[in-house]
Amino acid sequence: MGTDSHHPGKRFYLIVWIGLLFLTVVEIVLAYMHLPLGVMLVTLMGLSLVKSALIVAYFMHLRFERRSLFYTLIPAAVICIGLLAVFFPDSLRALELRP
Amino acid sequence: MSNVSTLWGGGQSPFAINSKKLGMWLFLLSDALTFSAILIAYSYVRLASENWPRPFDAHSIVLSSTMTFFLLSSSVTMVFAVLASSRGDRKAAVRWLGATMLGGILFLVLHVNEWAGLIAQGVTPFGNPWGVPLFGACFFTLTGLHMTHVTVGVVYLGVIAWGFNRGKYNADDVEVSGLYWHFVDLVWMFIFPMVYLLSNTP
Repeated sequence: MGTDSHHPGKRFYLIVWIGLLFLTVVEIVLAYMHLPLGVMLVTLMGLSLVKSALIVAYFMHLRFERRSLFYTLIPAAVICIGLLAVFFPDSLRALELRP
Repeated sequence: MSNVSTLWGGGQSPFAINSKKLGMWLFLLSDALTFSAILIAYSYVRLASENWPRPFDAHSIVLSSTMTFFLLSSSVTMVFAVLASSRGDRKAAVRWLGATMLGGILFLVLHVNEWAGLIAQGVTPFGNPWGVPLFGACFFTLTGLHMTHVTVGVVYLGVIAWGFNRGKYNADDVEVSGLYWHFVDLVWMFIFPMVYLLSNTP
């Protein structure tokens, strides 16, 4: 394993942890602002994507791995999840079709 | 071109990681697709239903926020366990793994308590007192699958801590178990806003 030397120190990971907690607090505050569902969905998912990127990049160490691993895993995941979301707009049609 | 050949010219080890770690990454990729499908199905059913039940009040938001805090904190203790194991500090690694397991157990205790509260109110996979019977099926499937992952994770970390302490497992095994634990944390970062925080939205 040639990657162990790339581990940042404890202090760095504590900063990432504080960043994640801060983003969670922002999400909770937003939940109490009673914004429209569409705005909330987009905002909360955007923040969750940032949080998951921080977890994958630093806690899961992908930022410090060989880039070929990133290119093999992440685009495939994004494309497949994006394709799953293709069905999403149909939910609104289903709502309109209800008697 | 030379950059491309350097990037992909790994020969027998194209990713420069051990096979256990690659195996875990590929498993997590498949697990990410499973959770994505369930989360998208949950959102689909919610949008396609009128009067989707929103039983998570301020108390539930506080409870689920505390659960989020436990999981996020257990992720950082997991990182410390990986750091300690990579420098060969067995005692510290086992101690941090224990702290991570404790975070997972606290999460599970709060989650089971919440499930018990909902079941006492009459929520089942097939019905609930507020309408849209699919709510229970969606909620229990999504959070139940995640809870199963946390439970398996706590046992997995226990086995790794025991084995690492006895010299049966090495620092690579601790790192691979860390990947699994962080993924469980990552999935909750989507379940928490989707199920709980959006329940507070009209």
